[in-house]
Amino acid sequence: MLSYVVRRVLMVIPVLFGMSLVVFFMIRAIPGNPAQVILGQKATKEAVAALTHKLGLDQPWYVQYVKYIGGLLHGDLGESIRTGAPIAEEIWPYLAATIELSLAAMLIAVIIGVNAGIISAWFQNSWFDYIAMVLALIGVSMPIFWLGLMEQWLFSIQLDWLPTSGREDVRNPIEPITHLYLVDTLLSGNTDQFWQVVQHLVLPSMALATIPMAIIARMTRSSMLEVMKSDYIRTARAKGLSMFWVVYKHSLKNAIIPVLTVIGLQTGLLLGGAILTETIFSWPGIGRYIYDAIGYRDYPVIQSGILIIATIFIFINLIVDLLYAIIDPRIKYN
Amino acid sequence: MGEKVLLEVHGLRTSFFTDDGEIPAVDGVDFFIREGEVLGIVGESGCGKSVTSLSIMGLLPKGIGKVVGGEILFKGENLVEASERRMKQIRGNEIAMIFQEPMTSLNPLFTIGNQLVEAIRIHTKIGKKEARARAAEMLKLVGLPRAAQLLDEYPHQLSGGMRQRVMIAMAMLCRPALLIADEPTTALDVTIQAQILALMKQLNQTFGTAVMMITHDLGVVAELCDRVIVMYAGQIVEEGSVRDIFRNPKHPYTIGLIRSIPDIRGKKERLYSIPGQVPKPGAIRRGCRFADRCEWVVDRCRHEDPLLYETSEQGHRARCFLALEREGLVDERAAARSERA
Repeated sequence: MLSYVVRRVLMVIPVLFGMSLVVFFMIRAIPGNPAQVILGQKATKEAVAALTHKLGLDQPWYVQYVKYIGGLLHGDLGESIRTGAPIAEEIWPYLAATIELSLAAMLIAVIIGVNAGIISAWFQNSWFDYIAMVLALIGVSMPIFWLGLMEQWLFSIQLDWLPTSGREDVRNPIEPITHLYLVDTLLSGNTDQFWQVVQHLVLPSMALATIPMAIIARMTRSSMLEVMKSDYIRTARAKGLSMFWVVYKHSLKNAIIPVLTVIGLQTGLLLGGAILTETIFSWPGIGRYIYDAIGYRDYPVIQSGILIIATIFIFINLIVDLLYAIIDPRIKYN
Repeated sequence: MGEKVLLEVHGLRTSFFTDDGEIPAVDGVDFFIREGEVLGIVGESGCGKSVTSLSIMGLLPKGIGKVVGGEILFKGENLVEASERRMKQIRGNEIAMIFQEPMTSLNPLFTIGNQLVEAIRIHTKIGKKEARARAAEMLKLVGLPRAAQLLDEYPHQLSGGMRQRVMIAMAMLCRPALLIADEPTTALDVTIQAQILALMKQLNQTFGTAVMMITHDLGVVAELCDRVIVMYAGQIVEEGSVRDIFRNPKHPYTIGLIRSIPDIRGKKERLYSIPGQVPKPGAIRRGCRFADRCEWVVDRCRHEDPLLYETSEQGHRARCFLALEREGLVDERAAARSERA
């Protein structure tokens, strides 16, 4: 088992390496001189040459790549052209905001989605099944910006239960420690602020959870239906086990494996920054950070952003792979 | 074998409800099993053997299969009317069941120990340790080596024969009064089949557990059973002791089944097979259900439903007009008709 884990982790290295190459060349494949694009059409030749040199773009590509990889290995993502600040430092608060929002959304999506799928499969063709699956269909096809706006209109404006947008109450700002505000407010022991953060999280995470929740519910249902036809489920019933244990022990463990794949992919997508949700709820996440960088042609930031998102994606898939091996003893370790 | 009747099935009718309407799979089946007896139920695929056993266990596919008539009396209690709560107490505890496919009948994601301990602890209030010890003991009893280690292994680490032994151990854990075995040897190699049958015979004798042996293999019946029921198209067509059925089969279907047993004494003939197929459930019209495949068919068979007639041998019954005539017995119904006339 341990050697499987080690091998699976080591396999990530060439993937990361390949990804860095792709990102590196993707950015350089953009037509035109970035320096020219950054400075605009009216810039002097000297200014363009100076910026080209400053960006290191006048050096051969392999020198550029080695410098870039060397920097990465030191945790140096370069500097933002717009602000001049080191990206590694600048990006974290945005990333933290996205992580907090995504995990909250996935928590909602998994808890509700998996259980709705289970109950739908258990009581197949019941009214619960029909309603849940119609809702799931609506969920996957609902435009998220519209859902977000409706949430704000209902829960913030009409009912006045929750704040419309942002991560915190600006009148009572949070002292960042980790930039994960739920953690920060717990660390500082400020329960008022903690609840405030939770309140700010509810609407955007609900909006963001809708699509993954619907996908997870449908996936869980079909996977459960498949498993519940198995011979070993009949054996479990023949033992005298109650339906609850047949469903939640014997069926779920088998049915959850394909669902885990979906959960992994969806988590990866959310961590990539949900630009629409982040924009509607003024959430200072990585999606908006990269979006703004694109507007300013801030290439180092775009490059780093893509790199980080891709890395997160790779690691989430690694975790999913390791979970498979924990759940299913038949997965070969060699 | 005791004289007390353990299970009595009266007029059992089980139907499947599909988009094409109601399809009767078991159509008026009567039989009984005595305590400690081994009863064989024989028939081709689709004749209602498995549906009968699932009806007894209350494990018909939910929303599709349903017992629509008759009663199933287990120790005098009608299981058709029993609550799900009561059925849970009976399943695995008083009536246990093993299945045809040992390869897929154990949950692949839990250890053997986990699945055995669970089977004990559903019905008995004992600690995990004690349950584990009992599970190990039962594994030894069904002839599995290194029982203690096996408890920590997963089903995929075991062969088919070993898995079927585990299934039998699991079924026997709570010392059930009745064990329903649905083609337990069909998926196994011939040598393993013989071992499993010997094991079941041994457990039947050691614990006095009655066995309801569902099979399409008359060899298995000859080996293991005291009495046999032959089923065809959802009905019992012949019933009797193993001796009577083999020596003196009455129903043309039973005769056909016995003729299709390969003979080891080397006559190089083409193996006999009964022509035609079991009629599709629901496609049954009036008359004898075997009429289309029967070589002795007469006009009456096509118009009138034969009853299960007693023969001169005790407990030997057959659903055939021919058997009735051969025996020189009087069809009560025909007698009644002629009286009316």
